[in-house]
Amino acid sequence: MNNVHNEKGTNKSLSLFFKSSFIVSAVIIVLSSILLYFTFTFDIVPPILNRGIQPATFPKALLILIIGLTLLIYFISLKKPWKIEKKLPNSFYITLLSFVVFITVSKFLDFFLGIALLSIIVSYFWGERRVTYLIIVSIIFPLIVFIFFETILGLRFPPGIITNLYYG
Amino acid sequence: MENLGLIFAPLFSYKLLIVLFFGTIFGLILGVLPGLGPTTGGALILPFTMTLDPLSAIVLLTAIYCAGTYGGAITAILINTPGTPAAAATCLDGYPLAQKGEAGRALGMATVSSVIGGIASVVVLIFFAPLLANLAYEFGQPEYFALAIFGLTMLASIGEGSPIKNLIAGAFGILISTVGKDFMTSIDRFTFGINELTEGIGFIPVVVGLFAISEMLTQSTLINQIFNRVALKAVKLPSIDDYKKTWKTIIRSSGIGSFIGVLPAEGGTVASLIGYAEAKRWSKKSEDFGKGSIEGIAGAEAANNAATGGAMVPTLALGIPGSATTAVILTGLIIHGVRPGPDLFREQPEFLYGIFGSMLIANILFFVLGFFGAKIFARITLIPNKLLWPMIFAVSVCGTYSLNQSIIDVWLMLLFGVIGFFMRRYGFSVVPVIIGLILGELVEGTLRQSLVIFDGNWLMFLQRPIALTFFVLSLIALSFPLLKRKKKNDKV
Repeated sequence: MNNVHNEKGTNKSLSLFFKSSFIVSAVIIVLSSILLYFTFTFDIVPPILNRGIQPATFPKALLILIIGLTLLIYFISLKKPWKIEKKLPNSFYITLLSFVVFITVSKFLDFFLGIALLSIIVSYFWGERRVTYLIIVSIIFPLIVFIFFETILGLRFPPGIITNLYYG
Repeated sequence: MENLGLIFAPLFSYKLLIVLFFGTIFGLILGVLPGLGPTTGGALILPFTMTLDPLSAIVLLTAIYCAGTYGGAITAILINTPGTPAAAATCLDGYPLAQKGEAGRALGMATVSSVIGGIASVVVLIFFAPLLANLAYEFGQPEYFALAIFGLTMLASIGEGSPIKNLIAGAFGILISTVGKDFMTSIDRFTFGINELTEGIGFIPVVVGLFAISEMLTQSTLINQIFNRVALKAVKLPSIDDYKKTWKTIIRSSGIGSFIGVLPAEGGTVASLIGYAEAKRWSKKSEDFGKGSIEGIAGAEAANNAATGGAMVPTLALGIPGSATTAVILTGLIIHGVRPGPDLFREQPEFLYGIFGSMLIANILFFVLGFFGAKIFARITLIPNKLLWPMIFAVSVCGTYSLNQSIIDVWLMLLFGVIGFFMRRYGFSVVPVIIGLILGELVEGTLRQSLVIFDGNWLMFLQRPIALTFFVLSLIALSFPLLKRKKKNDKV
């Protein structure tokens, strides 16, 4: 990956090596444990309908395998630490935030408007300042894609304030 | 072998030739653009293939696969950034040679060796896939289970990065496949009361999320990156002297690529790294590697394109994808109602040989288009990311929504995009997730059916010779990285 620090000069922050492997392992284990808990809530099939194993057995085995392997990579990381990743820049968080904007707008207002807003946010914060290009990226191109999908594939997009105008 | 004549059938179908032409152009564009590539492109174009007949749809996807794998070399040589992961090894010598003012020579060698590797692998596909399909007639549920396990362990052992992380990613992929109604008992699993999840999580939201959206997030961290572009006057055919230097390397890498491609893993990426390393090992001028060696370019490019045909072997013969892109092709087959496996060879030979023939033609087409159009395709990289990625997002969202007309699929795509970004950031490959997702139903289904056959006795697996062979191979595959590490430590 390009955004990996050179290992030289990172010795002073050696504790950070443990940090990312610990956090990643902890997140995987916690999420897997929550899912493992849910497997105990799956319905149990009576023996007569049971095909080989219960429906919960296979996901349980997978989750236990994931937890076991995650513990293994964590213990290996104590001997052979992971490389430190660079701090994520603001542009990453803005892009992530634009996803939230897209979800909110497309759910409550309009799908097309959601795409247009995301496009303009991403394009602007990634450095585009020319209004013409911002309009092309956020309105003209999504409109072409929208019409293309609608006509070629006969797709019906979810209702919304702009989409309803298009569908009349 | 009596069906070999069917290979030439696509040549006589203007419709297939048009599909091949556009598939090759689209594949080259996808290959040239860093961060995209045949896997993402294939997934995005899947909804459009619904307007085509099954053969045209698969021909389109395979043309994208072949041309996209080659297209990565153009960016690797001209801007030192691999257009596709499979072109990473091409950067090592392609860019230094281009910096010496020989970009045309570097691209010429990349084009010729890619075509030779690609055609060699299609020949392997034509002869090996029917043999493997015949062998698969002997397979029952336990054998398929053992084969799927072998596929997953191979993914861990020869994939890129940490084998344990690859295994975790593969298990995660299988876990995703368990979401929805259990196909044997109709009991809900991980649906959390969401109706849309009872049908399970589709392949497209996962693959578009893990590849396209996660790449968009990665690009958001690199917006200040500056590329040094080398000017290209024209692509030059390799000289007689270049052929003399590289013919052995091209043949060797074609063999390596075809073999690696057959194994379920990151086909082209691993093949090109091994092809490059072997080219260096056997070269009389190994000291030139990394400084613009023409053999280095030939070794990497012949191998990554040779992996394309190889990866199609298990995909068509067994229904087990040999790479992430062939997982997309496999999904395309299933969407169009074509079930890969031995029966396909017996019942629809014209369909299969149509694919073989189309792959051969695609290789010739990208040779012509690459040779005369590399300069134009290279200009596509001039589209700035700040304009390109919002557009890709619009296509990704509409493409993902279109298959099931489900907004939940779009949310899932974004979720997998974020998961994919963090997976890649912390050294987990996303390819095993895709393969795991595809193999998940096969693994669980064959395991449960086998246990029904064996009356719950797990030890019965060991009484099936073919299954036992695959289990032993799986153990060898799992211990291979440990042995490799031990050997490395012993050397130190």
